[in-house]
Amino acid sequence: MSTIQETTAETQAATVDAPPKKAMGLGRTASWVMLIILLALPLFVRNFVIFQMTMLLIYGIAVLALNILTGGSGQFSLGQSAFYAIGAYTAAILIEHGGVNYVLTLPAAGIVCFIVGFLFGLPALRLSGIYLALATFALAVAMPQLLKLGVIEHWTGGVQGLVVTKPDAPFGLPVSQDMWLYYFTLVVSLAIYLASVNLLRSRSGRAMMAIRDNEIAASAMGIDLSIYKTLAFGVSAGITGVAGALGAIAVQFVAPDSYTFQLAIALFLGMVVGGVGWLPGSLAGAAFIVFVPNIAEGISKGLSGAFFGVLLFVVIYLVPHGARQGAIYAETLFNKLRRS
Amino acid sequence: MPVIKRPAAVISAALIVLATASSAAFAQKKYDSGASDTEIKIGNIMPYSGPASAYGVIGKTEAAYFKMINDQGGINGRKINFISYDDAYSPPKTVEQARKLVESDEVLFIFNSLGTPPNSAIHKYMNAKKVPQLFVATGATKWNDPKDFPWTMGWQPNYQSETRIYAKYILEHMPNAKIAVLYQNDDYGKDYLKGLLDGLGAKAKTMVVAQDSYELSEPTIDSHIVKLKASGADVFMNITTPKFAAQAIKKIAEIGWKPTHFLNNVSASIGSVIKPAGYENSQDIISAAYLMDAADPQWKDNAGMKAFDDFLAKQFPEGNRLDGSVMVGYNVAQTMVQVLKQCGDNLTRANVMKQAASLKDYTPTNLLPGIKINTSANDFAPIEQLQLMRFRGERWVLFGKIISGEIGG
Repeated sequence: MSTIQETTAETQAATVDAPPKKAMGLGRTASWVMLIILLALPLFVRNFVIFQMTMLLIYGIAVLALNILTGGSGQFSLGQSAFYAIGAYTAAILIEHGGVNYVLTLPAAGIVCFIVGFLFGLPALRLSGIYLALATFALAVAMPQLLKLGVIEHWTGGVQGLVVTKPDAPFGLPVSQDMWLYYFTLVVSLAIYLASVNLLRSRSGRAMMAIRDNEIAASAMGIDLSIYKTLAFGVSAGITGVAGALGAIAVQFVAPDSYTFQLAIALFLGMVVGGVGWLPGSLAGAAFIVFVPNIAEGISKGLSGAFFGVLLFVVIYLVPHGARQGAIYAETLFNKLRRS
Repeated sequence: MPVIKRPAAVISAALIVLATASSAAFAQKKYDSGASDTEIKIGNIMPYSGPASAYGVIGKTEAAYFKMINDQGGINGRKINFISYDDAYSPPKTVEQARKLVESDEVLFIFNSLGTPPNSAIHKYMNAKKVPQLFVATGATKWNDPKDFPWTMGWQPNYQSETRIYAKYILEHMPNAKIAVLYQNDDYGKDYLKGLLDGLGAKAKTMVVAQDSYELSEPTIDSHIVKLKASGADVFMNITTPKFAAQAIKKIAEIGWKPTHFLNNVSASIGSVIKPAGYENSQDIISAAYLMDAADPQWKDNAGMKAFDDFLAKQFPEGNRLDGSVMVGYNVAQTMVQVLKQCGDNLTRANVMKQAASLKDYTPTNLLPGIKINTSANDFAPIEQLQLMRFRGERWVLFGKIISGEIGG
């Protein structure tokens, strides 16, 4: 009996290792450099690249949301694509059927997804670890079919999906639609990033991390497990919903085929590659899921999946803790150089 | 020095020179980005990975065909540069790849991108950019809309027209039929279903006694078949993709149901459906076709089929002869080459679209005899004809006339 308990404790510790509180964010210099790059780069590249960068930010938000759930509270979800889809459809339906301004659809999508996530989180609480992952996985698999249901077809456009109008820059600003949408997304991402870092540094964040590290100890300290676990689920779902809404606006189209469980796997992958529990790594993870398939395809069309697998394997093998490990390595190198 | 005495003559001579010069300018080569004296850049998006990766072979066939054209000297001296990207059948990825093709690779147009959801995702973008989205590889009805989307054109007969043809046949020969329908729950299945219901018109309510749908992810559809049999129907409308079509044919024989069986063209392949389901189970199934089936012995000595086999042997030995997708890719690529030939030296996007809309009685090598490709400024549906066929022995027997299934016709 005791051995079993020990091994489970060990595996838990291994799957989600605990980054110290300070390591949740980036150093000050690195943050500014990153911000300047993100602000300046679009001025020098083509619209197509700007679009890719917008998608990078959007997936970055979605990966960050999963990171709060897994890295923050230690729960697994393979169902993020479902919340992403709900957010996307909320935005698309509000814009196309309701004539709502696209800016307002983001909080709407966030709130809808928060509620759905919270409600889904309630029963799912009784599950832990891989069982919760499977329950959410079921949600991801069911979602594309639910979107096709005849009852709501009038709203969702059924299998044909919905086309979303792309917003122009406001106040007659002389920038292209793509550039405007990029900076808009950047502002939203920064707001979400700062809020998330603060959340994890706050009382609630500490409570979540205590649950992640040891549930029994956390409850002994007086932390209400169910509230904090569902809260983490709801917040994660809500942020994913905002990402989905942004995605719908950027891609200008929603359809059930856009939100299959492959998206959920991709987001999970992004989190692992970026470093579990390290929020800035979300961007690196998003870069992996946006650009590496293109690289793999460039190597071979027929075997793109296999090459993607090889590249993933290389990353996991060389830097098992994802981009965080790379960042720590870079930091020590930088400090060494400064000292010498 | 001779003095010019007749200024009028000088002026008229000058005018003549000017006129010839300008007409020479008109005959000069005209290009949009993606075309030059030596090259025509064609973009393409295919699901080489993901759930629909079986269709990726269409892109490979096209690449092999264009390579053959290049080896033969290209089109009017220009080589085709065929740039094909993978979108894994995911619409957001399609948007990314289409933008890469148009804005980064600067192709002249995008050709035969596959699937209804992916093409829907870039429909608006391509038309806003005024870049042709030619001969898309989907049978949805919406691609034939030259008024609202003048830069998009389909190729294959649309799904609705096929079931309309079946409806016409049922109304004519079996006015008292009780129809059971099984369809795939996606854009393709629903489009087919709509064609059937529209074709039956007011009688659809009484004639269709059972409708059932299945998901692509289901391992078997046996239970659906049993359920449909219980409805007491005597006509079975089989709107399924190859794997499920074979299952359905087998199951129907197994449980001793003997309806008049209509099988959609998507699954009319002898190699991948009929043979696995068993010839004895497939007798008298009715279907419709526009392309020759490579597994059908009646085309063995046909010149078009010989050309196809020759192409496979020399250019594309890894292609599976019995795979219907290879046949589609081979013929749609021919249509594209025909359009580019018609363009001559005027390789602007507008002219590519204009020539694609000016195909007159064009026949790629493997259309059924009598079926022709016709397009016009108001008709963006290249293939609109089909012929009914019935399975006898080990092959399809064509019967009846070539039928046009134009929507609204």
